[in-house]
Formats: sequence, C-alpha cells, structure tokens
Amino acid sequence: MSGTFLSGMRTLARGAREEPRLFGTAIVGSAVYGAGTAATGWLVGRVTDRVVVPAVTGSGSVGTAEVWLAGGALMAVTVVTVAGILVRRIWAGMVAFALQARYRRLLARRYLDLPLAWHHAHPAGRLLATAGSDVEATWQAMFVLPFALGVVVLIAVAGVAMAAADPVLAAVALLVLPALLAANVVYQRRMSPRVTRVQQLRGEVSTTAHESFEGALVVKTLGLGEEEVQRFAADADRLREANVAAGRTRGGFEPVIDALPSLGTLAVLVVGTFRAASGAVGVGDLVQIAYLLGLLAFPVRSFGWVLSELPRTVAGDARVQAVLREGATTPWGERSLPAGEGAGPLAVAADGIGYRHPVPAADPLDERADVPEQFVRRGEPRAPRREPVPALAGVTLDVAAGSTVAVVGGTGAGKSTLAGLLVRLVDPTSGTVLLDGVDVRELADGQVAGVAALVPQSTFVFDDTVRGNIALGLDADDVPAGRRVDDDDIWEALRLARADGFIAALPGGLDELVGERGSTLSGGQRQRLALARALVRKPRLLVLDDATSALDPTVERAVLDGLAASGTGTTVVVVAYRPATIALADEVVHLERGRVVDRGPAAEVAARDAGYRDLVTAYARAARERADEAQHGTGMA
Amino acid sequence: MSTSTITGGGSEAGAQGGVLRRARELTPQFAEGLGVTLAIAAATTIGKLVVPIAVQQTIDTGVLGPGGPNPGRVALLCAIAAVVVVLTTCTAWVVNVRLFRATEAGLASLRVRAFRHVHDLAVLTQSGERRGALVSRVTSDVDTISTFLQTGMLVLVLSLGQVVLATALMFFYSWQLALVVLACFVPLVFLRNKLQRPVARAYAAVRVRMGEMLAAISETVVGADVIRAHAASARSRRTVDAAVEAHRQQAVKAQVATAATFSTGVLVSGLVVALVIVVGTLLGADGDLTLGRLLAFLFLAQLWVGPVQATTEVLNELQNALAGWRRVVDLIDTPVTVPEPAGDRVKELPAGPVDVRVQDVAYTYPGTDKTVLTGVDLHLPAGSRTAVVGETGSGKTTLARLVTRLVDPAQGRVLLGGVDARDLPGRELHRRVVAVPQEGFLFDATIGENVRRGEPGATDAEVRAAFAELGLGDWLDGLPEGLDTPVGQRGERLSAGERQLVALARAHLADPDLLVLDEATSSVDPATEVRLQRALEGVLSGRTSVAIAHRLSTAEAADTVVVVDSGRVVEVGPAVELAHAGGPYSRLHAAWTAQHA
Repeated sequence: MSGTFLSGMRTLARGAREEPRLFGTAIVGSAVYGAGTAATGWLVGRVTDRVVVPAVTGSGSVGTAEVWLAGGALMAVTVVTVAGILVRRIWAGMVAFALQARYRRLLARRYLDLPLAWHHAHPAGRLLATAGSDVEATWQAMFVLPFALGVVVLIAVAGVAMAAADPVLAAVALLVLPALLAANVVYQRRMSPRVTRVQQLRGEVSTTAHESFEGALVVKTLGLGEEEVQRFAADADRLREANVAAGRTRGGFEPVIDALPSLGTLAVLVVGTFRAASGAVGVGDLVQIAYLLGLLAFPVRSFGWVLSELPRTVAGDARVQAVLREGATTPWGERSLPAGEGAGPLAVAADGIGYRHPVPAADPLDERADVPEQFVRRGEPRAPRREPVPALAGVTLDVAAGSTVAVVGGTGAGKSTLAGLLVRLVDPTSGTVLLDGVDVRELADGQVAGVAALVPQSTFVFDDTVRGNIALGLDADDVPAGRRVDDDDIWEALRLARADGFIAALPGGLDELVGERGSTLSGGQRQRLALARALVRKPRLLVLDDATSALDPTVERAVLDGLAASGTGTTVVVVAYRPATIALADEVVHLERGRVVDRGPAAEVAARDAGYRDLVTAYARAARERADEAQHGTGMA
Repeated sequence: MSTSTITGGGSEAGAQGGVLRRARELTPQFAEGLGVTLAIAAATTIGKLVVPIAVQQTIDTGVLGPGGPNPGRVALLCAIAAVVVVLTTCTAWVVNVRLFRATEAGLASLRVRAFRHVHDLAVLTQSGERRGALVSRVTSDVDTISTFLQTGMLVLVLSLGQVVLATALMFFYSWQLALVVLACFVPLVFLRNKLQRPVARAYAAVRVRMGEMLAAISETVVGADVIRAHAASARSRRTVDAAVEAHRQQAVKAQVATAATFSTGVLVSGLVVALVIVVGTLLGADGDLTLGRLLAFLFLAQLWVGPVQATTEVLNELQNALAGWRRVVDLIDTPVTVPEPAGDRVKELPAGPVDVRVQDVAYTYPGTDKTVLTGVDLHLPAGSRTAVVGETGSGKTTLARLVTRLVDPAQGRVLLGGVDARDLPGRELHRRVVAVPQEGFLFDATIGENVRRGEPGATDAEVRAAFAELGLGDWLDGLPEGLDTPVGQRGERLSAGERQLVALARAHLADPDLLVLDEATSSVDPATEVRLQRALEGVLSGRTSVAIAHRLSTAEAADTVVVVDSGRVVEVGPAVELAHAGGPYSRLHAAWTAQHA
C-alpha cells in the first residue's frame, strides 16, 4: 500500500507539474475554501459571544444594526467561501480533463508511430482501454486532490482558532479528527478491493452476456440455451454476493463515520460545561468548537477518497507509460524514389526474407509490484506456450518492373505476410526487401507509401466521407501540389476501380458518410473503395492481397485491364486462388508453409508442382472426378 | 415535497404505480421483510436529532441553568445521548444490510430472467448495435438499479425522515425561525431541480463526445495497417486531436455546470446561518426564544443541508434506475416469435434421419412487409443430401432457418419427421436438428472445449475422432497445442477458415439427424474444402443434410439441387441434369466453370 501511495502521489505530482497554472489556481481556490470555512466557524463563535448572548440573555445592550452587521459579516465570509469552492471544483476538473486530453493525444501519436509488428503483438481492445478508461483512471484522483489539500488548510486554521478559544476544548474536539481520519482510511482500504471486485464481476457478467448473445445462433442451433442460463446465473450470483459484501462494508462504515462527529460534539458539550463552570470558556467558545466539528466531518472524507483513487492512478499510469515508453521504432533512411505517373513501374525483390510473428505482449501490470493484484485485467489472451513457427523463411523473389505476379498458397502459407513485407508494413526478421534495388530500410519516411500501395484482404473504412476515405489526408492544403489529389483524381480512381457507379448513386456522392455512423457498404463495394484508395495514389507497385475476392471475375478483369491501359503501367503482385485471376499474371509464386516451393509461368508451375495443382484446380478436378464417378456408377449416393 | 419532485406529473406517477406492481411480480425478493426494515429505518432517524437537542439542553439547562453551570446534569444528558447515537449507528447498519440482501437477490433473479428471455427471442437478425443494447439490459441497466438501491435509496429514505423530524423540532422550538429556514431551503430544492436539467444535458453531450473520441482513437489502432500503408497518419492525428479537444471542452462545460449547482447549496446554507442568527437574536431579545433553542437551530439547519445537496443527485439516480428498470421489463415483456409448444401440443420427433417437408411456406420479416420467401414446397426424404444454391439475398439462408426452426413461417408449415416443427420442444429439436452457420462463432475457450459443447461429456478421444472423421486430423496435429489451443474471443485467434473447421467438428460431434450447413466451408482454401466435402459425404450417410452452397462444387456432391431465386424455388433436380437443362442452374454452372477451369 505504501508503495502504491508513493507511486500514486508521484504520478499526481507529475500531472501538477504538467499543468502548473490550472493546478495552482485549483489549490488557491481550495485554500480560500478551507480558510473561509474555518472563518465561518470562528465568526459564529464570536457573534454568539458579542451579539447573540448579550442580546438574548439581556446581559448587554445590542443594537439592531449590530445584529444585521453580524449577519452581513457571516454572509460575506460565505460568499468568499463559495467563490473558493467554485474555483476549486472548476479548476480541479480543468486539470483532470487537460491531463486526460494530453495523455490521449500522446497515446494516439504513439499508436500512429509504433511499428505494426508492435501493434500485432498488442490486442486492440487493450490499447483502446488504455486510451479510454486507463487514462481516465490515472487522473480521477485529480478531481479530489485540490479538495484534500484545501481541507489541510481548513484543519490548520480551525485548529488554531479552536486552540485560541480554549486549548482543553480544542484538544477534546481535535481528538475526533484522528478517529475520523482512521475510520475513513480503514473504510477506503476495506472498501476498495470490494468495489474493484464488484467492477471486475460486472465485467465478467458483461463478457459472458456479450459472448452468449453474440453466439446466440450457435447456442440455439445446438440447443445450449439452458447451459448458457446456468453459466450466466452463476456469474450473476457471484456479482450478487460481491454487491452484498460491498454493501455490508459500506453500510457498516457510513453510520460510524456519521456518528463520530456527533460523539465528539457531545464530549465537547460535557467538557465545555465543566470549563464554563470554572469560568474558563464562554458560550461562544463552546458553540464555535461544536459548530466547527460539525463542519469538519464531511471534508475530512476527502482524504479517504484520494487514498481510494490512488491504486487506480498507479494501475492506469502503468499501462499508459508502458505504451509511451515503448522503444520500438521503425528505422527510416534518407533515400528517396521518384513517385507519380512519369516514374514508370517499380521493380520489387525479396532477398532471403524470413518473418516470425511477434509474441503477444503481456499486460504491463503483470510486472508491477506496486499495483494491487485486483487491478490486473483478466480475460486477456494468454501468451502461447510455444514459440510461434516462422510465417516466412528464406523467401526470395524478383518481380520485374511492369510485370504481374500471382502469389498462390493454402491457408496459413504466409501470403498476406509477404504482401505486407513488400510494402514495408513490417520489416522482415531476416533478409531484405528491395524496391528498384534499394533496401526499403534506407528509404525516408513516407517514401514507400509514395510509390507502393497495398490493398488488404479486409477493408478498413474510416468514419468519414467517401472523399476522406479515398484521399486519407492527401486532399489537405498542406500537401505539396504534386501529391495533392482533387475530386477529379478521386473520380478517376473510382472509375478505374469500377466504383464510380455506386458512389455516384449515393445521395451524398463523394460527401456521403461511410463507416461506423454512415452508409454501410457491401463487401464488394468496400473492396472497390479500397482499390480506389490505392489507385488514387498512382502507385508504381500495387499489391493486392486477395483484394478482388468479392468482385465478379469480369469486374476484376476490367479493373486489372484498366490499370494496364491507364498509361505508364504498374507492377502488380496479386494474392489469389481463382484460376481466372491467376490467368492475368505473367508468373506465379507458390508458397507453402512460409517457403517458396515453385515459381514460373502458370502453365509450367502447374505442370511440375502437384501441390499447386491441388490448390488451383481443386474444384475443377473435383467436378471431373464426380463426373467420372457418375459415369461409372461409383458415386456414393 | 419529495414525491412531487420525483414524479413531476400525473401520467408519470401512474407509470410508477405500474413499476411497483411489476416489481412485486418480477422481484418479490424486494418486498421480503420490507416492513420491518422500514420500521427500523424510522427509529434510526431519531439519532440525527441527538446533537441539536443536546446543544439546546446544555445551553439552556446546563451552562445557563438557574443555579449556574450544571456539569453533572449535562454529563448525564450527554451520556444518554451517546447511547442513542451508538444504538442508532447499529440499527442503521442493520437496515443497510437488510436492504442490500433483499434488493440484490431480486436484481440477480431479474438479470437471469432477462438473459433467458434474450435466448428465447429469435435473435437471428440482431445487428451488432442491437446486441450491445441487449447486453446492457442484463448488465448496466440492472447495475444502475443496484447502484441506486445501494447508495441512493437509503439516502432518500433517511433524508426524508431526517428533514421531517428536523422541521418538526424546529417548529417546536420556534415557528417563526422554522419558517425562515424553510423559506430558504424549499425554493432551493426546486431551483436545484431546475439547474439539474442543464447539468444532465451537459453530461449527455460529454458521453457523445466521449464516444466520438474513442471512435477516433480506435481508428489509429484498428486501422493501423491502412494508415501505415498509405502514410495517412497526419489525417489521423488531426481527427484525434479535434475529437480529444471537443471532449475536453464539453467535459469542462459539464464540470462548470455541476460546480455552479453544488455551490448554490453552500451559499443557501450560509444564508440560513446568517438569517438564523439575525432573526433568532431579534426574537431572543424580545424574549420569544431561549439561547439554547436559537443555537440548536444552527445544528438543526445543518440537517437540511445534506439532504438538499444529495437529493438532486439521488433523484437523478432514481430517474436513471427507473429508466433502466423499464428497459429491462420491456425486454422481458417482448413476445417470443418462436414460442415453445403448449403442453397439449407437444409431440416427439421420430427417431432416425429426419424427413423434411416444406408445405406452401412463405416468410416475411416480422414487423415488415418484406417477403423473403413465398410459395415454397419441398420434400427432402430422410437420409437425402440436398444443396440449395442462389444469389446473395435470394432467400436460401431463410430456407435453412425455417427447416431448423430458427424462425417460423408466416404462412404454410414445415414438417420434420411428419410433425409440425412448431409442436416440437426447442431443446430436443435443436439437439437433433443442427445448423452450422457461415460465421463459425466460437466461445473464448480451447478448441477442445468448443467442440465439446456439441456433446457435453465427450472425451478427448471422441473429440479427436470427430476431427479425424472429417479428414481434419492433420490440421489438428499441426497445431502446437492441439485441442488445448485457446481460440480467443469469438475465436479470433484462428483464421475464418479454421473457425469453420472447428464449428463443423462441433456439429459433427453433436451427431444430429438433420444437419444444415449454411455456407459452412466458405472461408477454407480450395484444396481443404474439396477434401472436407469428400469427408462429409462419408459422415453424412445415415443423416439428412441440407447444404446452402456458395460454391457450385458443394452442389455437385448433393443428390438434389434446389435453386432459389428472388424468394422462390425455381428449379429442383440432380446437379448433372440441371447443368444441361438450360435453366438458371445452367447459367450459374457456366459462370463457375469459366472461373475455375
């Protein structure tokens, strides 16, 4: 716990240093609130002595004006206190939200800069939770920290005022403070794991429900409904127990924390009467101290709140810092390649490349000793027990400028990995990728994307307009004129991708919103959108990773023919199964379990490579065999 | 006072009467021992009055007593008061625990009931969004009720008692001063209720901005490949920065609104203290009020502050809890579209392979007039193998769902083994009639555990045999962890094709008498698919099977091909005959051959 306390306070101190003005303003507001609240108690005591007692008991003469003046003074102190509260609360919020925003921007920048291999090793859900709930958790304590610091001022000023009134009574009253503080600390310590457990079980109930509803079709088709209800009921029951346990703790402590100041006040009254009997204190002193005790009861809880938030601060910050401190980078060189239409097709080669998928990264909290165990997230994929086999090994490839090469292979052969390596989405574990004879690692940032475009298997559609999805920022004003694309370029790319028809039919045309909150596109439409996104960049090398599978063969043919006819020509590497697609290639490369097993003109490979034949002609062969069987009457039916 | 602010209108009050009635039906646990709990709660409230009374007594009869300060009397009084405080502290704990036990038991059963109902509903057409809404019915909506009951309800009940008792005592001490206090606090209650609306609006806007911000950040993670491939990170940085800043600004706005609302409470309680002292002193000077009673007012007024500060938030929580409750009850009240047969209609599915008859069936999406299938008549004899082909959207998946009773026809009937499918109990039906949908959904467990869901209690050897019989033994052996391979959420650690292999093994292990494959091998590579088709032919003997095919290679393996077009069956017959019949199948066949030959 003390480790957690120190780490948490260090994180909060860092936040305060990063937003010094906002934090300073919040502290000043909170100090005003603390001093003002203490002053109210002191003033109530003084007014009682000088105005109320003489007036009510008739022991002195008090004018009506004096009474109103006393009321006015109390009101004035209240107004100052309220101003302090407003400043404290608003600026505390501004600090917390400014820090949240700062760290979210930093995280998003890291996500954009980190190599894709790093991304592939980290579950997307975890990275999103880090930018969302972990950042929020880190700075939640900032909402109460200024309050707690103001309460320190309140206690100090009130303590001095009480001691000035009567040291004995002050001592009795202030005895309540440590008791209250202790009760709050014990409460938060006992409550915090229970609340975390409730939250964790809520998460589990949610996961079970989500999975069960998502698989509802399977649940129904296998008649598993009753089993699912049992599974969920067990989760719901655990949550019920945790809720009752949390309620029992809360229900026990809340009344105790309420009762302590009452008991303290009663003690003050008893001791105060003894002191009054000996003439040491007046009614005003007694009232001041009893009243201040009442005022302190609530603010003292702020210490408990800060303490209860600290473990969350530590856990959240650990995950955030794990991303921000991540050292992995993509090394860029300085060389460049000519881009654009006039530059002609690009030669691409792979020299003995190998690639091993990254091992899934563990939750950074697993290694942190100062993070309470209950904060470690559950239900994340565990790391596989064995080192993954290489996805690619010793792949050598030579694609001449302007040629079309088809990469063919079974499931898991490494086709997509190879496609990604050719456009430097990731770097090979061994070997080199060469574009026009230049090692891609010697090229400057943005050079590869400037000359080569990949159209992946599944299309990611941004929550943006059609134009935004195709230009992806190339339509911005700060893009150099040679690279900037206008609507004419976009329509030209859409025509080449055979997507101009359905885009023109959308009510908003290029301005139509697509993606999460916009129109939903069919699989084939998405593929054509992705094709246009690649083609608008006038790539010298185009890599299609099974990117035409949802297209009609005739459309596919038209797209590839259009590409060839569009002018200077493009080198094309295409991952495909369909004989119709392969027929468009000058050469095929057959991959099997990460290795090139054969390459050459399609007819030659088909003639000598049985595995290739098995794959490409599977359907035709099956049909032929069936026809034979039917003829000879050996069919199984 | 409190009731009027909760309801705010007659119609809503009526609705809340309905809520109470439904609560008694759905969660009888709430009411168990409620009377006793409320009685203890009422007694507990008295503890709140101890300090003001002690202050009054100490001043009036102790310090300013007739014979000078009387410490003995004060000590006795305060000792009694302390006992009352300790006792009410204990009873408060008892009240809390009793309430939590009763309400959490009720909520747990409500949760399970809603969960069961979701599975009873025909959940086939759920979009992702709709599914998320259903999940929140059994999670966050019930959690909202739980949060209110655990924190808010008690505050509400105790606050009400505290305010009523404090006000009564104030009137007993001095009706004039009591009126002054009420004149300050009652308008505040209404004012704050009014101020709460912009606060609620501001927070609703924060939630929207939060969603947009998370969506923008998620694009940098989920779309990382595309962003890298097209060097588009500048665009993403701009989008994220704008969304993050919009969220921050809106959050600060909401914070300002909350701070303003909160500070009105502090301001008014300061005003009350000032007025109590001014008016009290003037009254006291006239001899209408003792010093002790006047000073007791300072403490009595504090008893109003807590409830006033808390009530607005608690009422908000109450509104959320009621809204959550209504959403859960609405779900439970949603009629089931594929109902279980009534007791006297229950029939049994005859043993052995299932004979399927579809008689004059039409299907319309519920609640729409969009007809998907119409005038369908088919007979699939027991043990036969049928393939259904047709364009996307032709209605072939609906046909598969009708014969497995995942939906009921709008017209006509489906007979399984001669029995109307609507007369067969769901559990038994789905044990013997198994469908394998296109997206092979897997649970977050190992491959072995997933397959075993098809036949709970099957041994590892039986699971392995299921793979082997489908010709998938090599694939399984190629996995470093074999049956123990974890598949991840939704099975995402396997490829789409591999998920389909596991789903097929699962269905095979279930040993159904009618197996319906809905494009169940659409994502596996051609060589594997052809091998799988061969193996299936062996496995399917002795079962009736229907395969919805998107590749014609599947159709060619069947005894009979059914061609569906625009919701109608347009051709039925053996593949070989249809290929040369010059009809729709001939055209599909020619296109297929052109691609693959």
